[in-house]
Amino acid sequence: MSTNTISAGEGHLANDPHAGPGHHAPVANDGHAHDHPYGLQHQFDDVEQQREAVTIGMWAFLATELMFFGGAIAGYVLYRNTYFHAFNKASGYENLWVGCANTCVLLVSSLTMALAVYAAHKGNKWGIIKYLIFTMILGATFLGVKAYEYHHLYEEHLIPGKNFDKGHAVLHADGTPKLDAAGRPEVHHLFTPGERKPGMIFFSFYFALTGVHALHMVVGLGLLTWIGIRTLRNEFTAGYNNPVEITGLYWHFVDIAWIFLYPLLYLIDRSGSVGH
Amino acid sequence: MSRQSSVGSEDVIRINVLIDCDYKTAHCRLIDDWRTMSTLNIIPTAVEPSENYLNIEHTVKSWLLTKDHKRIAVLYLISITFFFIIGGTMATLIRLELLTPQGDLMTPETYNKVFTMHGVFMIFFFLIPSIPATLGNFLVPLMIGARDLAFPRINLLSWYLYIIGGSLALGAAIWGGLDTGWTFYTPFSSAYSQTNVVVALLGIFVAGFSSILTGLNFLVTIHKMRAPGLTWFKLPLFIWSHYATSVIMLLGTPVVAITLSLVILERTLNLGIFNPEAGGDPVLFQHLFWFYSHPAVYIMILPGMGVVSEIIACFSRKAIFGYSMVAAASLAIAFLGFLVWGHHMFITSQSVFAGLIFSFLSFLVAIPSAVKVFNWTATLWKGSVSLETPMLYAFGFIGLFTIGGLTGLFLASMATDIHLTDTYFIVAHFHYVMVGGMVLAYLAGVHFWWPKITGRMYPEWLGKFAAFAVFIGFNLTFFPQFLLGYLGMPRRYHAYPVEFQVLNVLSTAGASVLAIGFALPLFYLLWSLKYGKIAGPNPYGATGLEWQTSSPPTIFNFDTPPDTSDQPYPYHKREVPLEH
Repeated sequence: MSTNTISAGEGHLANDPHAGPGHHAPVANDGHAHDHPYGLQHQFDDVEQQREAVTIGMWAFLATELMFFGGAIAGYVLYRNTYFHAFNKASGYENLWVGCANTCVLLVSSLTMALAVYAAHKGNKWGIIKYLIFTMILGATFLGVKAYEYHHLYEEHLIPGKNFDKGHAVLHADGTPKLDAAGRPEVHHLFTPGERKPGMIFFSFYFALTGVHALHMVVGLGLLTWIGIRTLRNEFTAGYNNPVEITGLYWHFVDIAWIFLYPLLYLIDRSGSVGH
Repeated sequence: MSRQSSVGSEDVIRINVLIDCDYKTAHCRLIDDWRTMSTLNIIPTAVEPSENYLNIEHTVKSWLLTKDHKRIAVLYLISITFFFIIGGTMATLIRLELLTPQGDLMTPETYNKVFTMHGVFMIFFFLIPSIPATLGNFLVPLMIGARDLAFPRINLLSWYLYIIGGSLALGAAIWGGLDTGWTFYTPFSSAYSQTNVVVALLGIFVAGFSSILTGLNFLVTIHKMRAPGLTWFKLPLFIWSHYATSVIMLLGTPVVAITLSLVILERTLNLGIFNPEAGGDPVLFQHLFWFYSHPAVYIMILPGMGVVSEIIACFSRKAIFGYSMVAAASLAIAFLGFLVWGHHMFITSQSVFAGLIFSFLSFLVAIPSAVKVFNWTATLWKGSVSLETPMLYAFGFIGLFTIGGLTGLFLASMATDIHLTDTYFIVAHFHYVMVGGMVLAYLAGVHFWWPKITGRMYPEWLGKFAAFAVFIGFNLTFFPQFLLGYLGMPRRYHAYPVEFQVLNVLSTAGASVLAIGFALPLFYLLWSLKYGKIAGPNPYGATGLEWQTSSPPTIFNFDTPPDTSDQPYPYHKREVPLEH
């Protein structure tokens, strides 16, 4: 291996920018600089090394992301333990089925993303484009549903802050506000005074976690657009498609992050058998 | 063979330079080096390559848009020096204030801001990037025989993120300052402080991503870019320690990033995660913060250990004793570093049982640290030791790191820690590790690889003088602080009882000597850029792959593939030891 490499290196002129340690590209015995394989950057010896490096790089980045979400999830779990009942109750104000539908949307988008990567491996340009568009539509749908859910929580006064759980006026059957004994309009609160602060902490985590997740989705949509443009410019071949592949890894990660967030935030008291 | 044909006129010129050289030590050393390299059949290409990474282009644009890891290392070198000077200025103000028992130089509020900004700049903008981003960036590809890091553009991006983060923190400091202490403990930082917490936190957040990207680049590069034949156990210990550092950067930094973002959200959007008034738990912040920041302490020492390993081997002309154990110790320190964060929290609401576990685990860190110290010492035994400037710094490192490490054991024991918490004892302890350890290792490394980076030698006598000034000044500054802390002087106060004055005066006097020691290299290293002696490829007769290429290296590092056949540190093959 090393003998072969050294002879390859000696074949180069001293000022050949591509000459260097372990340059594995086809040996050109005539000593002049040869062409790189398409898409190969100068610091790599061959396409395989580049592909492996890029993939490991993305996995390492995802490990970083895991710790990023992990820190917040650790805090969530701590409070879930401290304020067990209030968290169960707060979680009940999420719309289970909307969240479930959104989970399905995201899972299908992972499938279409995988099909886009498959098309890239086959060098099928229009296949990539088709599946990227599907993926982006599904991703945008997810964000739209998320916005709908946020709006719903806003209307319910479940945004942490001064007006958290401000409550709704209780109405008589004829639509007039019901008054309490002191003559003030009666207000219905979702949380008891003791649950108010823990409920606020639940929704702080809800917005922080889903917000950071949504931000990752937005970045993901940006990456998909960029990949799409590069595909249209014919930059990818069956031999060179790392960007499609690692964008796919990123997209799957964002999907998997949601697979953890959904049960943590939506499903914690759905069986009805705990916490009562 | 091209090897023979490469012995050309340039090599003749090189020999002439050596003979003309009237500096005796350098003369002998370079000739030795020539002979040893001949025996190894490695033919250097030139004295100063006509075209190298420094002179290939001169425009500002060619620097600001460079993707060459060597140029990015130089950019980092300049930027961290800038932040070191700012942090050092803050330290000077602190020592001046503490010269007298009364708070007479600044108000208590200003003092709070000064020590906070000293900590923020020194830790996040100097110590964490210090060795990895400068020497690591420069040397990791060279030491493994690669043309560049795996992701050169990401490497440049990480420098820009560092600059953006630094500018934000600097902006926060200039427009009103910051008074939370570098640890940003809640609920003070999240609910009460009226200073620029959000901007400073944003700066640290952004700089954190710079650190993550550097770690990512090193990790992938070390895995995938090693020259053929360079197996894991042939790697220099510098590479092993940077590998361990990268793992910490990748897995620790994101946790502090999310923690600091939660504080930002808490301040801007009124969330209550860390605020007891809103039902939150301020101690949770400490858990999350130290989950990163304790491993970060090892980001601030492991690269230094790598530097010292290279230098000890070179200047005792021996392979590092117990090479594989020293390599494994780096990984062990990185691993254990994630399990000891609770020792920062012995006096919080953390349970005594948790405290006991954290105390025990903290003691375990002493084992790999001691493995390193003993193995360096064993390397010196029967070596032919020569006391060049880098070696002086490396000796300083071993001694001061040992003191810093052993006083850490006092703080890891719960009973003594309760007495010593938040006193000057802990200030002295971490300065012995951070300054006595990392900064000395950084200076050692900068001197050792200066000829590789610039092609010029630093002036040896001035270098030795500065090394002594740093060592003496450092001990005079920080040793009295152990006594002050033991006697009960708390940290972070701008005034103190009069009986503490003598030790404080000693400390301030030491700081001025230390300042001279730090300032000198700044001047003579700049001087050497123009007037320093031309170094040649391998002025020390050292064995790493980085010494097989020219100084400064050409843009793609190696013109001929480096020889990777040797085991690490094959100094026994060098026939002629260093002479003086």
